[in-house]
Amino acid sequence: MSFINYSSREIILKIVYYGPGLCGKTTNIKFIYAGTNPDARGKLISLETKQERTLFFDFLPLSLPAIRGFKTRLHLYSVPGQLFYSASRKLIMKGADGVIFVADSQRERMEANVISFEDLQENLAAYGYDINTIPFVIQYNKRDLPNAVPVEELRARLNPDGQFPDFESIAAAPNGPGVFDTLKAVVKMILMELKKGGN
Amino acid sequence: MYNAQMVIYEAEYQRLTEICEKLLRDSMARAVFLVDKVGQLITSVGQTANIDTTSLASLVAGATAATGGLANLLGEEEFPSHYHQGARDSIYIALIGEQLILTIIFDNRSTEGLVRLRVKRAEGDLKRVFSDLSQKASAAAETKNNSLFSEITDEDIEELFSDTF
Ligand SMILES: Nc1nc2c(ncn2[C@@H]2O[C@H](COP(=O)(O)OP(=O)(O)OP(=O)(O)O)[C@@H](O)[C@H]2O)c(=O)[nH]1
Ligand SMILES: [Mg+2]
Repeated sequence: MSFINYSSREIILKIVYYGPGLCGKTTNIKFIYAGTNPDARGKLISLETKQERTLFFDFLPLSLPAIRGFKTRLHLYSVPGQLFYSASRKLIMKGADGVIFVADSQRERMEANVISFEDLQENLAAYGYDINTIPFVIQYNKRDLPNAVPVEELRARLNPDGQFPDFESIAAAPNGPGVFDTLKAVVKMILMELKKGGN
Repeated sequence: MYNAQMVIYEAEYQRLTEICEKLLRDSMARAVFLVDKVGQLITSVGQTANIDTTSLASLVAGATAATGGLANLLGEEEFPSHYHQGARDSIYIALIGEQLILTIIFDNRSTEGLVRLRVKRAEGDLKRVFSDLSQKASAAAETKNNSLFSEITDEDIEELFSDTF
């Protein structure tokens, strides 16, 4: 649910990072925080356990330059990926304008990706959204690891018809290849959707 | 339907802010915030200079969502308010209608009882503004008054990112 404030002349877009436990959602958000001009970012909030597993959500507000006189603000959230946090994941999806699904490329995480993907569809359906209408992109993360499966294999499971834009990434690398591309792609889709005036 | 938008216009912003200012005075609070359930700040009044209002809005919405989840678990529709008491400052959070969360921060010059009472009074006024706003927004949606986005180009979108990252 985009938020347009004519008084402060700003648009706020909510983007959620989804995916199985340890796939790298928080790492994406931390990389974006580190790579953003300090004037353009707010405080990064991570509600996490002592072991640095997300307990409720990460939150990062970013401000982009104005479009047609309106400041564009992005509110990035990540969900907790561990299976038993299902109730929290559902709460965080409320009002999402776009979703980034972060898949873990490691062979042993393939089933976890598929389960999380199904869980996402259920949680979107609870709000009357679905991945074919909400701006949605997929990121294949951890491409650096030796046990990463070929991208074609991930695609065959998560994006068989190729209808979703998808990106390879290494969120934990110093230059985080793929991280900003993924974010830009979803922002672009959201703005295009708003342009269509699609209700 | 995913794209249900929340739109705030200048006139309603002023009215909402005035209601919050009155509530601030009447309840002898330090600060009042009006937040939507998605975690976006609508307006804030009082001593807000030392508070990161964006963080506050997202955490209040998160706490309220978690509290609502607990209510559902017990078979309650919702818990209409929740309250956290600190050594110096306390925070009172109340749901207003379907979409809004009113957050009041107060110290020992006030009490939970007083805040609760004044919130009850402000509630009707806030709801009225919001129902006006919904009518305005749906009228605007019907006339396809989305000129804000209709002229966006690919270059505009590229430029959005060029200085930021
Ligand atoms: N090798 C490698 N490790 C990564 C990559 N991205 C993230 N990691 C590591 O994976 C671990 C988990 O990353 P997080 O970002 O905390 O995972 P998460 O998805 O937020 O996990 P939950 O909060 O439990 O849902 C960390 O040790 C990261 O450093 C990557 O691209 N390559
Ligand atoms: Mg995490």
